[in-house]
Amino acid sequence: MRSASRLSLILARLVCAAAAAAAAAAPLLLSQNDVVLLTEFMSMLVLAIMWNLLAGYADIVTVGQHAFVGVGAYAFFGLSALAGLDPYLAIPLAGGVALAIAVPAMVLVFRLRTAYLAIGTWVVAEVLMLIAGKLDAFGGGSGTSLPISIVLSFGRARGDRLAVIYWLAFALAAAAMLATYVLLRSRIGVGLTAMRDNEEGAAAVGVNITYARILCFLGTAPFLGMAGAIITVQKLRIAPPASFSITDWTVFVIFNVVIGGIGSFEGPILGTIVYFALRQNLSGLGPVHLILLGSFSIITILVERRGLWGLVRRMLDDDLLPIAHKPSPAFRANALPLRAARR
Amino acid sequence: MITGTAPEPLLTLSGVCVFYGNFRAIDQIDIAVGAGEIVSIIGANGAGKTTLLKAIIGQADRVEGRICFAGAEILGSTTAAIVRSGIMLVPEGRRLFPSLTVEENLQLGWEVGRRGQIGFDDVFRLFPVLREQRRQRAGWLSGGQQQMVALGRALLANPRLLLCDEISLGLAPQVVAELYALIPAIKARGIGILIVEQDLERSLSVADRFYCLLEGRVSLAGRPAEVTRETVIRHYFGL
Amino acid sequence: MPWINQLLQGILLGGLYTMFATGLSLSAGVMRFVNIAHGDFIVLACFALLVLTTALGLNPVVATLIVLPLAFLFGFGLQRFLLQRVVGQNVLLVILVTFGLSIIIENGLLEGFGADTRKVSGGWLETATVALGHGINVGLFQVLTFIAAVALVAVLDFLLYRTGIGAKIRAVSDDVAAADLIGLSSGRIYAIAMGISFVTVGIAAGFMSVWTNFDPASGPTRLLIAFEVVVLGGLGSLWGSLAGGIVLGIAQSIGGQWDITWQMLAGHIIFLLVLAVRPQGLFPRY
Repeated sequence: MRSASRLSLILARLVCAAAAAAAAAAPLLLSQNDVVLLTEFMSMLVLAIMWNLLAGYADIVTVGQHAFVGVGAYAFFGLSALAGLDPYLAIPLAGGVALAIAVPAMVLVFRLRTAYLAIGTWVVAEVLMLIAGKLDAFGGGSGTSLPISIVLSFGRARGDRLAVIYWLAFALAAAAMLATYVLLRSRIGVGLTAMRDNEEGAAAVGVNITYARILCFLGTAPFLGMAGAIITVQKLRIAPPASFSITDWTVFVIFNVVIGGIGSFEGPILGTIVYFALRQNLSGLGPVHLILLGSFSIITILVERRGLWGLVRRMLDDDLLPIAHKPSPAFRANALPLRAARR
Repeated sequence: MITGTAPEPLLTLSGVCVFYGNFRAIDQIDIAVGAGEIVSIIGANGAGKTTLLKAIIGQADRVEGRICFAGAEILGSTTAAIVRSGIMLVPEGRRLFPSLTVEENLQLGWEVGRRGQIGFDDVFRLFPVLREQRRQRAGWLSGGQQQMVALGRALLANPRLLLCDEISLGLAPQVVAELYALIPAIKARGIGILIVEQDLERSLSVADRFYCLLEGRVSLAGRPAEVTRETVIRHYFGL
Repeated sequence: MPWINQLLQGILLGGLYTMFATGLSLSAGVMRFVNIAHGDFIVLACFALLVLTTALGLNPVVATLIVLPLAFLFGFGLQRFLLQRVVGQNVLLVILVTFGLSIIIENGLLEGFGADTRKVSGGWLETATVALGHGINVGLFQVLTFIAAVALVAVLDFLLYRTGIGAKIRAVSDDVAAADLIGLSSGRIYAIAMGISFVTVGIAAGFMSVWTNFDPASGPTRLLIAFEVVVLGGLGSLWGSLAGGIVLGIAQSIGGQWDITWQMLAGHIIFLLVLAVRPQGLFPRY
């Protein structure tokens, strides 16, 4: 029923707008514990959006993005605690360091393809984690805590601090969404979709595949780095296994995106929401909850590749955020009708 | 429906439709091939010729109708079972396994098919150049030699019916002539041949009967001797 | 001459690493997908051997021999009923499914066995040494492992290049659509190849479980080792994997002089170095 799905779409968009407005005002509306939770949500959202951009659109599957999260964490510590820079400045600079590291990493892993590339990114993450463990100034193998002065520079009172950190995370998530949206609507975005469908065909019509892939890979690094910095501010510590945690920054992210719906704009958001909604119930189960998540994502892949969002999308008229390029009404009016096949 | 000269056709297709998704690539086709008969399927690109062969060999997704081979219904059987029962395809573009040697490629044909009279010696007698090249990697052979390997591989399966998909494609005329000169020798062994070709002259010159396909349907059928070139061309292009 | 000792240790370690890699090389070369759960399956097999040797009191050799046919069936079934549905299509799906499997196995083992490190006892074999003269001693078990690794590569090479099933496996790996067209059931052949791959996993586990400690989280490091060996050696080359294994083993052995972190770093750095200057590997087939 077209009118029903159109109505659902309008309602859904309104709900999204309201949710976004509420999210912006969260520290004013929610308890401190909830703000902490929502901050984590925002960080995870950034990671999910970035992984989805690479794997779902640019066809670059990585299992090593925790490398850049860790780099961002350590860079933030180095810049603020060791070099004494302004902590607020250290966050985007940490993103810059992540970008700088991403360049040689990219040169190396782009020599591999598909699944080999994925594991290659994992190797890079391992190397960076091992090196981090060797840096005595950063606490070596057991890591170290953020100096109090740095922590307090985000707000003397705990409530203020949590709010500031939340807004930083929120701003990053919003920036990530905006950047992704702009990219996908641009010429590069069309090229990416073409690439995803048919790489040879895309090349044949002039899509510069290499450029698109490089742009995407390098483009995600600063966001991952800044997320790592914000996570560090929230967790108050750096340590090799925690800052470079594959479970937290890669495994969960991948499962969330897959279950939510890979290759769509809404999928990672939905997946992260579902994950956080269930997390309280799941964490009590110990290792079993990872088994459940893993099984569920395999089932999702086999049954409905577009994930939960794929299921929802069937009922709606259009994407919540109009990413896909559609021909303009003028074009459609003038186009020649296709000849019906003769029977 | 036109029946062959043999009393009981080796292969019959009745009311066969083949779909790609919702697109009907083959529409209500009736075809028969007798034992030891050479039947040509001609038609322009996209007419449905390769789709037809894929449907017979069991590699088309959605097929309706009936396909009978040697008295048994084969629609729905696996390709491996169909090959074992005596139909073998010489695929379009040869489709050899490039990293395997000539001998290994031929051996595969021998292993997937039925046991029968044709052995390696027969194939090397038919294609002497392959005997010298037997240990060569198939990917390094010339187009004509690859086509010979593809044919040899199919023959070693001891088929009762050979499906040839565009065997002249990409080959020099001289080479094509040599290949087609071998067709009667194959027919002499009692093997039915269904030849799909774009090259009108070539395929009609060896065929006992022919069908012309146009947009998934049979537009003309008969014996080459009984129709004029103009008639064929008209039905080839649907004019 | 202590460096000779390091070198020998590294070479022998390379034998074990080659064993890790052969299964991955097979599935990657034939079916063109990388099984991210490969290392976890090795660890799963190690735990199976642990159960057989401790609960049933079996000799490790006997236990391994029991595990091997089970491993074949397991690999065959895994491919036939799960992986076949995603292999050959979008590579993303395969990565995700095997990644999911990896997590499930790790956590399943964690849930079932706990996080303690384990080891299978090899009895006298573990501590026996071979004297090579000039004061150089190597572990007998390590030597046996190396010999077994070479034998494994030789057997697989024979299987792939001199048997009928090997030709079919290579055919399907060349062009799976063509194989289907001429009546080679690619699904069944893939399953056989996967079964063989899992037999090598079982063999690798048989040696690894005695050589070193393992715990449920050991899978990823085995995968990375196998992966690096395969890429170092050259994709598609079994004997290349032996060379790759030895190179990695030597690198790790030298790095291990300082501490465990340097041991792992040395291996990764050599890998990245070779990737940078010779990405096709040492002995590429393609």
